[in-house]
Amino acid sequence: MSGMTDKKNAFRDNTMTLLAIAALAVFLWQAPRILDGYKVRIINLIAINAILGLSLNFIYGIGGMFSLGHAGFMAIGAYVSAILILTPEQKIAMWFLDPIAPWLLNLHAPFLVSLLAAGFFAAFFGWLISLPVLRLGGDYLGIATLGFSEILRVLIMNLTPITNGSLGIKGIPAHTSLWMSYGILVAVVFGTVRIMNSNFGNVLKAVRDDEVAAKTMGIDTFRTRVLAFSIGCFGGGIGGALMGNLITTIGPTMFTIAQTYSILMIVVIGGLGSITGSIIGAVLVTTMLEWLRFVENPLTIGSLNIPGIPGMRMVIFSVLLIAVIIFRREGIMGMREFSWNWFFSLFGSSKPTKGGERV
Amino acid sequence: MNVTSGAPALSLQSVSITFGGLAAVSDVTMSVPKGAIAGLIGPNGAGKTTVFNIITGFYKPTSGRVEFSGADGGVARITGLPPHKICETGLARTFQNIRLFGNETAIQNVMVGAYVRQKGRWWMNMIPFAFSSSHNEEREIRHTATALLERLGLEKYMDATASSLPYGAQRRLEIARALATKPSFLLLDEPAAGMNPQESAELLGFIRRLRDEFDLSILLIEHDMKVVMGVCEHIWVLDQGMLIANGEPEEIRKNPKVIEAYLGKETAHA
Repeated sequence: MSGMTDKKNAFRDNTMTLLAIAALAVFLWQAPRILDGYKVRIINLIAINAILGLSLNFIYGIGGMFSLGHAGFMAIGAYVSAILILTPEQKIAMWFLDPIAPWLLNLHAPFLVSLLAAGFFAAFFGWLISLPVLRLGGDYLGIATLGFSEILRVLIMNLTPITNGSLGIKGIPAHTSLWMSYGILVAVVFGTVRIMNSNFGNVLKAVRDDEVAAKTMGIDTFRTRVLAFSIGCFGGGIGGALMGNLITTIGPTMFTIAQTYSILMIVVIGGLGSITGSIIGAVLVTTMLEWLRFVENPLTIGSLNIPGIPGMRMVIFSVLLIAVIIFRREGIMGMREFSWNWFFSLFGSSKPTKGGERV
Repeated sequence: MNVTSGAPALSLQSVSITFGGLAAVSDVTMSVPKGAIAGLIGPNGAGKTTVFNIITGFYKPTSGRVEFSGADGGVARITGLPPHKICETGLARTFQNIRLFGNETAIQNVMVGAYVRQKGRWWMNMIPFAFSSSHNEEREIRHTATALLERLGLEKYMDATASSLPYGAQRRLEIARALATKPSFLLLDEPAAGMNPQESAELLGFIRRLRDEFDLSILLIEHDMKVVMGVCEHIWVLDQGMLIANGEPEEIRKNPKVIEAYLGKETAHA
């Protein structure tokens, strides 16, 4: 490809990206006017789940580390953010079983600062846990991270002076507006794409594909994996914080294995290692989880009365996940990514290229 | 031609390694002069690849030491260093069973090789318009990788996934990736494996060209005797973990111990 067409394409792609972001902005501006609160909330959840999916995909799909601890890192983010946002008066009122630890009482920060702190705290814990745990590989790593996340949940339940124990934290201001969640999603996507397009992105995939060869090429594979894990945990912390500020109530029961499982589903259905896939996965899984609520309601067909079965959604989802793994292991996108080249080749206005670019 | 005086590029001194009581390599002493193309041969299971794995830091020898003199001329003891540190000193290798990063394109494979010399940190390239030196470095790496692929005749595979390349191209890509680490010493593990006679004939010239153009010393493991005899200036022969002979190709060809090791005792006497 000559330099001229390269430049022309870059201009076209940047314009298209800006247009897409503008379209998203118009949608976000209009959505609260057209749609009811419930639907707005789902649209909000899609962004948060996309952030969580992207961060787990960074660890599992791109870094090749099977982690089942994402709910734990979300919890860290949600709690850090909540404790920073609440005012001292609110904290005194809420921690009535055991008073809040004095060093936490007067900590107060604006929402965005609390969000960053949530990310960095989760990344720090991710770094800490990864040092011993990343020496394991494959399924063992999954079990160890799952264990970590469960231990964390028990800690949250019992460290009442810090977390308010099983009562949880209520009355968190609802900072997660559509603008906030999608703004952060755009930032996360931008950051991830930048990383994957840099040589460090190549290195991450190299470590995933062949650790021995990567070592021979002078890459400190352990450090690289620790870094990738921590970056993913940063995203998990931010996602957790956004979730807390959307639901306005957090408690230890929110961050169970079921939470990790639904993020994992987003990543697997979308395609391991694909940024586009995680976003598509987030849209699909979030809307399906809501839409499928009807199967849990009582159902009457003629004279047949079926009482509602709680948890039926998850059964259906498990079956779906099994089907994906059997019939389309690589997920919707595989390792491919969306590109404008591919988009235009759909309409035949550009010379056809391979279906999406591999990054 | 390169000067062969001064300290050897690579020297092994009484290197031994045992795996659970089994001596895989015992008391191997050898030194490869700077700018040489040397061969390490021996029957299957003689311990050749084990020697490579010791040199590149994947195994820590039970006793003995490995010394390496890189481009700066200083001699450094590299025994026990982790593989990525050894690569930093200027030793690169390829593998017997090609180990490319299969999901990545050819150019990405080569760029990964350049990462060991990259100074910019990962987060610098995340932020646009800042850290221009880091962004320039990225562009530079892409250019050098492109040039390297062109020099090895791989330009048409630039954006093809590594695992989709034809076998011979994969072998060359693995060498290109090793060269991207800017080595002064290259270890080739069976570069002719799986090649037809014509390809292995071309390989002779290719290896010499590598040595001359990239200013390398080369040590190779090979079973194809035409390649070994045709390109190596010095040969070490390993049998059951022990060095049984070393010398120039002509001497090795006539050495009765070598013939015995390769063909068995009876044939040797016949």
